[in-house]
Amino acid sequence: MPGKVHVTTTINGESVEFLCEPRQTILEVLRDQLDLTGTKEGCSNGNCGACSILVDGNVIDSCLMMGVEAEGQEITTIEGVASADGLHPLQQKFLEHAALQCGICTPGFIVAAKALLDQESDPSEERIRLYLAGNLCRCTGYDKIVRAVQDAASEMAE
Amino acid sequence: MNAFDYEAPQSVDEAISLLSAGNGNIGILAGGTDLIAQLKEGRKIDLMLDLKQIPEATALSFDEDSGLSIGAATSCSKIYSYDVVKNHYPALVDCTSLIGSIQIQNRGSVGGNFCNASPAADTPPAVIVLGGTCRIAGPNGTREVAAEDFFSGPGQSVLQSGEFLISIQVPTPAANSGAFFLRFIPRNEMDIAVANAAASVVLDSEKTTIQEARVAIGAVAPTPLLVADAGAALAGKAVDDEDAIEAACAASRAAARPISDMRGTIEQRIHLSGVLTRRAIQGAIQRAKES
Repeated sequence: MPGKVHVTTTINGESVEFLCEPRQTILEVLRDQLDLTGTKEGCSNGNCGACSILVDGNVIDSCLMMGVEAEGQEITTIEGVASADGLHPLQQKFLEHAALQCGICTPGFIVAAKALLDQESDPSEERIRLYLAGNLCRCTGYDKIVRAVQDAASEMAE
Repeated sequence: MNAFDYEAPQSVDEAISLLSAGNGNIGILAGGTDLIAQLKEGRKIDLMLDLKQIPEATALSFDEDSGLSIGAATSCSKIYSYDVVKNHYPALVDCTSLIGSIQIQNRGSVGGNFCNASPAADTPPAVIVLGGTCRIAGPNGTREVAAEDFFSGPGQSVLQSGEFLISIQVPTPAANSGAFFLRFIPRNEMDIAVANAAASVVLDSEKTTIQEARVAIGAVAPTPLLVADAGAALAGKAVDDEDAIEAACAASRAAARPISDMRGTIEQRIHLSGVLTRRAIQGAIQRAKES
């Protein structure tokens, strides 16, 4: 039985250490060991994007990354998106536009959209739709999500 | 997921030692977008060997003499964001930027795409027409294999036990050359190719005659295919020689030996091989003219 591995990483700006089995994904570590349950498990095979997190600023599916790979990385989860001053503009605009219904896909959408807006301040609608193609929503039909992201981009540009 | 050990060697030599010491039941990890999904579906390994601490495996560099070197574990997004690739290897942007989602592109690698060896893989045709080679490390040193010779069947490559792919080398494009990749899928993104194709051409200095051409097709045979007859049909012909282009398309249709499955039928895939070959050639000629 392989032993547990000691991992030192940074999650939402704080240094974090954990022990995990090599077979545990970072999604399992986040949810089951670190109680960061905002990141959701959807398909668990890299199709739906519900488990999106940022690793060194890049959005990835946390179901397809092992916990041991987090060593030395900078991870941002949905819990790290809001600031002490309040909600991130994306979160506020998702509320205002009712860009969610059941809410399971929402953390993944917000994290992926944050990755986009961190890189591109004024993405076109086409660019937003392409960038978010790896996040599936079975409730909203996407239009409200796209409008929320557009509105958040406008507000952040002000 | 069954239990396994994890190692992240710091050098090629260390990785070779670990591979030799193992019992062969080793999963080599680059971006994990295939391996981890397979482990969840029941594939069993005893050791996960993560290549990402090996400098050569994550490097991405260009040198006028030796060309582009793509570390086997370099992510697709890192490749298509690299200015050299954008400016000199647009066919690599074509293929790396349409694999999966942004989430997948931020993890998945060209090396992994090669080693997973799906017949429908999107990066091999482009690498093949660009004259790319695979650098393979093993107990007896490194060896190089032409990209078109890397694959031996669905999920199978020429990698032997104890070997791993370190990097893919792509020569510096010739003057007046261009290359293009495209695929057919029934939706806009996030899908697996029904068929795909790539072409590269080198034009004369007047940019009116094709001096050399290479065509490769995918998802229409057990492995990606270099269609030598298609390239030969174009060599020495004018860029607007419709008969030559049609001969190249016919060569691709003749080379294709697809299966029917949920994504397409044999007839559709053979037809697509010709259509995509035509569009890839036209795209490559256009880029060569603009170069």
